[in-house]
Amino acid sequence: MTVSSAADSRDGVTAHAAATNRSWLLVAMAAALVAMMVVALCAGRFSVTPGTALRIVAAQILPGGLEADWSSLQERIVLLVRMPRVLMAAACGAGLALCGAALQGVFRNPLVSPHILGVSSGASLGGAVAILLGVSGAGLVGLSFLAGAAALLLVGLLARIDGRSGVVTVVLTGVVVSALFSALVSMAQFLADPDSSLPAIVFWLMGSFAAAGWRQTLLAAPVILAGGLVIWAMRFRINLLSLGEDDARMLGVRVERDRWLIFAAVALVEATVVSFSGVIGWVGLVVPHFARLLVGSDHRILIPASALMGGAYLLLIDTIARTATTAEIPLGVLTAIVGAPIFALLLRQRQKQEMGE
Amino acid sequence: MIGLNGAGVRRGERWIFRHLDLQLGPGRCLAVLGPNGRGKTTLIRALAGLLPLAEGERSAPQEIGYVAQSIGDSVPYRCLDVVVMGRARRIGLFGSPSRADYRAAEDALAQVDGLRFADRFFNRLSGGERQIVMLARALVTGAEVLILDEPASALDLANQALLLSVLHQLRADGRHAILFSTHLPQHALCIADEALLMLGVEEHLQGAADTVMTEANLARLYGIPIHRARVAGTVEAVVPVFLDGVGTARS
Repeated sequence: MTVSSAADSRDGVTAHAAATNRSWLLVAMAAALVAMMVVALCAGRFSVTPGTALRIVAAQILPGGLEADWSSLQERIVLLVRMPRVLMAAACGAGLALCGAALQGVFRNPLVSPHILGVSSGASLGGAVAILLGVSGAGLVGLSFLAGAAALLLVGLLARIDGRSGVVTVVLTGVVVSALFSALVSMAQFLADPDSSLPAIVFWLMGSFAAAGWRQTLLAAPVILAGGLVIWAMRFRINLLSLGEDDARMLGVRVERDRWLIFAAVALVEATVVSFSGVIGWVGLVVPHFARLLVGSDHRILIPASALMGGAYLLLIDTIARTATTAEIPLGVLTAIVGAPIFALLLRQRQKQEMGE
Repeated sequence: MIGLNGAGVRRGERWIFRHLDLQLGPGRCLAVLGPNGRGKTTLIRALAGLLPLAEGERSAPQEIGYVAQSIGDSVPYRCLDVVVMGRARRIGLFGSPSRADYRAAEDALAQVDGLRFADRFFNRLSGGERQIVMLARALVTGAEVLILDEPASALDLANQALLLSVLHQLRADGRHAILFSTHLPQHALCIADEALLMLGVEEHLQGAADTVMTEANLARLYGIPIHRARVAGTVEAVVPVFLDGVGTARS
């Protein structure tokens, strides 16, 4: 009796302290994401005060509604223009960062980003071809998504030798498939009409949420959520996979199956993001590093932390993109301009830490 | 419990070992000895099921507690979180370890006298400390076959004694079959029932540790003179005779 209660308290102390510490950080990150959403709802050429924006949103949610002390223009801008875009940016940022964190774990390589599987190149080609053919809207999204999925399938088929695929083989195959699809994107651009479809392809590839209305958001967000939930549910598996193939196999993990399950979920998220908003680089690479600095490497907390931080980060970038100048700055450009220096600083910081030890 | 029958492993055209028979039941402990490059690790990995056999058969349970020789620097988790991964078979595809799993992990760490590592990061431990944590992880799997690849290679003398006493207890409980490779014949003499000397690709000497590990056989195995001596009346020591620069044995 005494022994078991001693064991209980011992267990309680270590596990419990760690758990409260973690949930506190996640709550803070969630709060930051919500705050960023409010800022994004208010910012823009037609600015709305945070109080008004919150009351407009509350009036939609509360059963009784609220007495309107705002103009119908304000309501339309908050609810119909900014809200779907805010949700889309948050969902895409969260999805990309979470996928990056998962892949960096599975590949045991901190330089991996979701683009490594060739999915974004595939989706780019699908989108470029759609624009070239004059297809827009749902057709563009559909073609882009299918081409992204086809790229992963191709990587999977090429990387499997005797029913197994090593991590290095998958990375190299991803690079090859990416290169192939990128060349085909260039070919599509070469064939495009320089006055109409060429600029359309170029702008689409640079990424933007400008087209995000409720229809797009309600279609994309659930798919991103579904892929994200699968990865979140497999967070402990990702810890196991990050031990390396032999170790994971000896612990009873079906390495091949679990790995491809994660790849498929990543492809689902990545293809959705690219097909709705173009190629947005760096989020999936930089944000997981930042999250790791704050919460450590355990994927059980790193995955949700990356998702929350990625959502807030891409939302911030998108708000800058649409408010900084009169014309919208392409997202892919901004994420690289902001992401690359941050990444360089992070690398230096980590190197310093390691040398100090 | 675990066994090989006429087993062989080949890398390209070159055989690493061939015609190897081996049987180990519960409550028994087998030590694998051989010089560098003779295929000890290959044999261990084949036994663990990580390498396919080119010939012969392997019989083994699904679950094996395995401690690899080199354990990565790139495992940035707390040791308790590393040990609890040993419970992976009991945790579903979408699950995470429960409180009970953590309790089992703490008990396993306690068993190897490693509770002080629980909250430390695995990648910041020394090689010897990592081996101890890995032993705890192998124990928490609940596997009845334990396969350890040079588990003592990075351990200081006190930790060697600790490792040997943990293995000795596990053997004594009669439930585990334990198989380990080592460069220290004394360890084999101390806790192994049987020894397997890997003399050549097709030449293996196997039998009761005490009778197989004669001075002559060990000398043949390692290519240097080796003495067995009684120290302090009861302790049997294996003493390799190292040569000095001129090529004569120091007295």
